Amino acid sequence: MISKDYIILSPDGIHARPATALLKLARQFKSVVHVTKNQKTVRLNSMLNLLALSPKFGETITVSVDGEDEQEALEAIGFFFTENLKDI
Amino acid sequence: MKGIGVSPGISVGRACVIRKIKSSIHEIPPESEADILREVERFDLAIQQSVIDIEILLEKGKHTLLTEELAILETQIEFLNDPQLKENVEIKINTEHKTATIALEEVIQSLIDLFEQMDDEYLRTKAEDFKDIGKRILVHLNGDQATAQLLHPDDPCILIAEDFSPSETISLDASKVLGMATRLGGKTSHTAIIARTKGIPAVAGCGESLDLVCDNDLLILDGLEGLVWINPDEDTITKYTILQEEYRKHSEWLKSLKDAPALTTDGHKITLKANISAVEDMETVLEHGGEGVGLLRTELLFMGRKSYPAEEEQFEFYQQIAGKSRQMPVTVRTIDIGADKQLPWLNLSAENNPVLGYRAIRICLDRPELFMTQLRAILRASKYGKLKIMFPMISSLQELRSAKAMLMEAKKQLTDEKISFDADIETGIMIEVPSAALITDILVREVDFFSIGTNDLCQYTLAVDRMNEQVAYLYDPYHPAVLRLIQQVIQQAGNNQIEVSLCGELASDPQATMLLMGLGLTVFSMSAASIPQIKNIIISNSMEKAREVAQKVMLMEDSNQIKTYLQLINP
Repeated sequence: MISKDYIILSPDGIHARPATALLKLARQFKSVVHVTKNQKTVRLNSMLNLLALSPKFGETITVSVDGEDEQEALEAIGFFFTENLKDI
Repeated sequence: MKGIGVSPGISVGRACVIRKIKSSIHEIPPESEADILREVERFDLAIQQSVIDIEILLEKGKHTLLTEELAILETQIEFLNDPQLKENVEIKINTEHKTATIALEEVIQSLIDLFEQMDDEYLRTKAEDFKDIGKRILVHLNGDQATAQLLHPDDPCILIAEDFSPSETISLDASKVLGMATRLGGKTSHTAIIARTKGIPAVAGCGESLDLVCDNDLLILDGLEGLVWINPDEDTITKYTILQEEYRKHSEWLKSLKDAPALTTDGHKITLKANISAVEDMETVLEHGGEGVGLLRTELLFMGRKSYPAEEEQFEFYQQIAGKSRQMPVTVRTIDIGADKQLPWLNLSAENNPVLGYRAIRICLDRPELFMTQLRAILRASKYGKLKIMFPMISSLQELRSAKAMLMEAKKQLTDEKISFDADIETGIMIEVPSAALITDILVREVDFFSIGTNDLCQYTLAVDRMNEQVAYLYDPYHPAVLRLIQQVIQQAGNNQIEVSLCGELASDPQATMLLMGLGLTVFSMSAASIPQIKNIIISNSMEKAREVAQKVMLMEDSNQIKTYLQLINP
C-alpha cells in the first residue's frame, strides 16, 4: 500500500461535481482507494462518505491506494488533486 | 366535506386510507431468511428503476438542461448507486428486521439530518437531493405493490386516496369497496367512469380536507351530492341510513324497467346502449337492459402489460365480447391512447401537451403494424356478432381516408388468407375534435355512423384541460358552443340518414336527456348503470316536450341560464 498527502486547493472544497469525477477516476483502477481526513477514513467508492468527510479548502487529506495498479492510481489521483481540482 | 359526486349511491363504513408514499405502516417486518432476501431484492430493484428514471431524464435533457441541472442529475445517480447507501439500508433489513421501505426512510432521514447540520452551505443543499432520491426510490418500492394490497382489503371499507390510476380502479373488487373518495379528479376522470360502471359510490375532488380522514374513521359517503362525513353524529347516521334505503328502493324500481322499451309517451323510440371496457361488463349491460354497446374501449387490452398484445389475444377478447352480445351491435373503438397513459411497450415520450399530441388515431396511422394487428383481430371476430369499427380523434377527411385505407388493406389480407369476416362491417368515427364536428357534412359521405364524444369535444372546444383542477370549472358541456356543435352533427347525420349516437358523459346526465332527445338524438351510450335512470326520464316524457325544450335552450345565451332551465323542467 502506498499513500500521499494532498492539500485541497479548490476554494470550494470537494463538491459534488468534482467528487463525481474523482469517484469515476478511482473506479478505473483495480486498487482499493481510501481517503483520510482528521483520522477519519472512508473508501473512495461512495459519494455519501466522501461528501460527509467534507474536505475543504486548505485542509490536508491522505490518499491511500492498495492493489496491483496502486502506482498508476496514486499518480492519476494526485494529478487530479493538484491540477483538476483547482479549476473545478 | 364537499367534493364532486361522481358515482351515485350512499355508503356508510370505515375508512381505509391509501397513502402512496407513506404506506410503510401496512407492511409486515421481514423475519425469515426468505423475507429478508425478498426485501433486499425489492430495494435493489427500486434502486435500479430509480437510476433508469434519471438516466431517461438525462437522455431527454441532454440538449435542453443547464450544465448545473445535468450535474445534479448525475450526482443523484451517484447517490443512488452509492455502496454506502445500499449497505446502510441492508444492515437495517438484515439485523433490525425492518422492511425495505422503513429502512430506506430511516437511512434517508439520517442523511438529511447529517447534511442539514453541515457548516458548508453547499453541502446543506444536498439534503434536498436526498429527499428527492428518497421519494423516487419509495415510489418504486411501494407505489404499485403496497397500493395493490390495499386495493383488496379483507373487510369492506371506503377507500381514500390522492387519486386512483386507471389500472388500480379497474382491479377494485366491488364487493369489498363500499365507496371511494379522492383528493383529485372530477366527473370525467377514470376513477369516476369506472366507479360508475362498477356501481361503487364515489366522491372526487375533495381537495386537502381529505387529509383529515384517518384509517378506521367512520365515514358517510354521498356519491350523488358529493359529500363526505367524517365520524358523523347519530342523527346524521340515522338520516343517511334512511336515505340509503330510499336509494336502494329507487334503484330497485329502476331495475324493474330493465325489459321495458325506452319509448316516449308519444311513441318515439330511443336506443340506450352501454359503454364498456371488459368482457365481464357485458353482463352488467344485459342486467341494466342495455341495447348493445355504443362504445367498447379497447385500451384495457393494452394497459398494465409489458408487451403489445398479439393478434390472437386481441381476437379472443373481441370474440368473447361478440359471443356475449346476443347479436346486439357492439361498436369497437380502435385504441385511443396517448402520453397521458403509461404504456411501457409503446415507448411514448413525455409531452408538454399530451392531449393535443401524439395519440389515438395519430399513433395508429404512424405505426401501421400496431393498427393493422388490431384491425385484423376485430375483423376476424366480426363473424361472431354484430361488430362495428370506430376510429377515435379523427380531425380531417385525410385522416379518415388513411384509416379506411388501412382497414381495406386488413380486409384484403384476410380475404387473401381465406379467413372469413363480416364484409359489410359498419365503419364510423368519433366526433370529438371541433374540426371534425364542423365538417360533418363532408365526413358524413364516407362513414356509416357518427358517435359524439362530448368529453373531448368539450375540452377541445373550450380549451380546457378537464384534468386540471384550476380550470376544471370552465369545463362545461352546456356551453352554447358545445351544444351548437352537437346540434350540427346530429342534423348532418339526420340529413344523410346515417346513425348518430352520443357516448360521452352527457349521455348519462339526467339534466341533458330531454335536450338531447329534442335535438334529434336517438342513440345514447353510457355506463350501463346509468341506463335505467335515463330510461325513466324518456318513458315519463314526450318527444313533443323534448323538442320544445331543445328549441328554448338553443336560444339561450349562456350555460348558467341553460342549466337552471334544465333543472327546472327535470326536478
